[in-house]
Amino acid sequence: MSAIYTLGIDVGSTASKCIILKDGTEIVAKSLVDVGTGTTGPQRAIEAVLAEAGMAKEDIHYTLATGYGRNSLTGIADKQMSELSCHAKGACFLFPNVHTVIDIGGQDVKVLHIENGAMVNFQMNDKCAAGTGRFLDVMARVLEVKVEDLGRLGAMSTKEVGISSTCTVFAESEVISQLAMGTDKCDIIDGIHRSVAGRVTGLAHRVGIVPDVVMTGGVAQNSGIVNALEKQLGCKIHTSPLTQYNGALGAALFAYQVAARKTK
Amino acid sequence: MANYAGPVKLVKKVTPGVLALRKVVDDVHTDARIAKKEGKLVGWSSSKFPCELAAAFDLNVMYPENQAAGIAANRYGELLCQAAEDLGYDNDICGYARISLAYSAGKRAARKYDKETGEFIIDPATGKPLKDAEGNVVIDEATGKPKKDPKTQSPYIELVDLNEINAMPDGIDKERALNAISPIRQMQIPQPDFVLCCNNICNCMTKWYENIARMHNIPLIMLDIPYNNTVEVSDSYVAYIRGQFDLAIQQLEELTGKKFDEKKFEEACANANRTAKAWLKVCDYLQYKPAPYSGFDLFNHMADVVTARARVEAAEAFELLAEDLEQQIKDLESTCPFPENYRVMFEGIPCWPKLPALFKPLKEHGVNVTAVVYAPAFGFVYDGLDEMARAYCKAPNSVCIEQGVAWREGICVDNQVDGVLVHYNRSCKPWSGYMAEMQRRFTADLGIPCAGFDGDQADPRNFNAAQYETRVQGLVEAMEANRQAKEA
Repeated sequence: MSAIYTLGIDVGSTASKCIILKDGTEIVAKSLVDVGTGTTGPQRAIEAVLAEAGMAKEDIHYTLATGYGRNSLTGIADKQMSELSCHAKGACFLFPNVHTVIDIGGQDVKVLHIENGAMVNFQMNDKCAAGTGRFLDVMARVLEVKVEDLGRLGAMSTKEVGISSTCTVFAESEVISQLAMGTDKCDIIDGIHRSVAGRVTGLAHRVGIVPDVVMTGGVAQNSGIVNALEKQLGCKIHTSPLTQYNGALGAALFAYQVAARKTK
Repeated sequence: MANYAGPVKLVKKVTPGVLALRKVVDDVHTDARIAKKEGKLVGWSSSKFPCELAAAFDLNVMYPENQAAGIAANRYGELLCQAAEDLGYDNDICGYARISLAYSAGKRAARKYDKETGEFIIDPATGKPLKDAEGNVVIDEATGKPKKDPKTQSPYIELVDLNEINAMPDGIDKERALNAISPIRQMQIPQPDFVLCCNNICNCMTKWYENIARMHNIPLIMLDIPYNNTVEVSDSYVAYIRGQFDLAIQQLEELTGKKFDEKKFEEACANANRTAKAWLKVCDYLQYKPAPYSGFDLFNHMADVVTARARVEAAEAFELLAEDLEQQIKDLESTCPFPENYRVMFEGIPCWPKLPALFKPLKEHGVNVTAVVYAPAFGFVYDGLDEMARAYCKAPNSVCIEQGVAWREGICVDNQVDGVLVHYNRSCKPWSGYMAEMQRRFTADLGIPCAGFDGDQADPRNFNAAQYETRVQGLVEAMEANRQAKEA
């Protein structure tokens, strides 16, 4: 029997990610384009992942879209699912003992409770952007540093600085005040990480923290946030180098379930 | 409760009971407008003020909460909320309060018209697509977009001030200005001659009604029913409230110049009890699986429970609706407009300005609302003034969390729900405030998933359709996972 190839695409608010899976177990190719829904990002991400795999669209048995812009892919994807279930699925694939997933995306934060490999409950942030990737983008811009450097810089902090505001706008002015007072950038960044972790911890406690805890989404690449969360939640947080692709991975896994049923 | 005896047919029809309920609310409004014209007193009342007291004096009473919901559902909510904010009211206070305060200050939504000809100016963005004889959408060659059916188009809407219009000299200009005010009944409610406020439903109510009384320099009859931190209502609570009932009766006697008519009061109580029983019966039909109607309909029927529960016609209309539902079950029919795959409890007041957006993903995923907390909250039955005092202590925001959880978990179990959809209502901090803990308990006690979304009962600026759709889809996927796990 020939192999089943499935494509998962996660169209987020700030990036588009794709994964091609072979037989629901092997990652054949992945792609990431730094723009999300409403842009050329999704199309470019699909083209890139197909090129990396050396495949054509026709070689893909089933495509499943997830993320904020999932419904914009009608006609391209065979099915749409929420990023909640896809993140749960992806995390279970990477960490089979996972029970709690914390995902910080570009514009939302979600905490998922997993039982027997399926999401059974979840909590998401309210309409406020505090604690999301967008919050960190704004802070990085004010601090004139790259968002990918936040983790490294925060680790060099020597003094505790409190960023008490959870509101992005108020926190921005708080950071500006700290800069005006001559506070070291590394200390401010560390304070920002603890502020984000505090907000996410509150949400996580609403669902209940059951180990293993896995963090997914682009923000999981920021070691400062992961460390601050570990301290505040009092437990180990697992991350993967594939963290940013986790939603797309989950989508490809769900796509495989459907495709496998169809070929039976 | 027994279930359907066979496969259910989905039918589209408006039953006699629903028509009767619509008429009851229409009559309440018409009676108030006529009373005002005849120089009789018309009051405004909070939804859970004991209407039985006003009925004993034959008073016509209107309900600003119900009015605000109607204004919001007709898409005038943002206009009036902003009008209230322009008057100085903070946008953080309840959307119903803002709409009501703007209305009380004389602000109205009106259709724009040509001052010379008096003709309404049509908003080209409104209306449904024009279809040809074969039912195909007609495309405008100039724009490449679908043409609009002129019959379905409506005028631009603008904010006007009734006080300014009333100050105009009599004549055609004044007539046109008055005629331009939106004809929906909620925009035609007479200004109040007195206000009846009971803060069992929320605390914002107190200042809201004080403001109305002050704007119009009219009497305010106030009943203070504090938050109760125990499940039982103690005798001292009852005595405190009963004392206020006695004072309210005295104040109403002074206001109307009439003596308290005990016979009329007893009649009103009997009607309210009968309405409550019939309302509960209608709500209980949602226990059928699939349900014989969409639970969203209950939100519409709330208007009758709020505005007319002491009227015999309301009791009769609900009894008629119960008969309709009984018949539907015999005929294997449901008026729910989609096949029911999942059943949820909808927690909180709906986002009235966004009802279609609220309903769309539910319909897409076959999610029927089969439980709402309004059922127990308005379905109370009592005997005598002391018991009435005890009954009015039990409003959604005046009971402790244990009582609140018990109410909700009771209907979740009885109505066989698969999950809970919680509206974190920006307008209602007391209600939304304890939902995080309630959600946790629903999942822990009943093993069902819950999803929360942000919104507002009246201000459309606080709702985001894309966020809501993701949460509904997530809830559906969690309910499905739960179902499969149980089946396995």
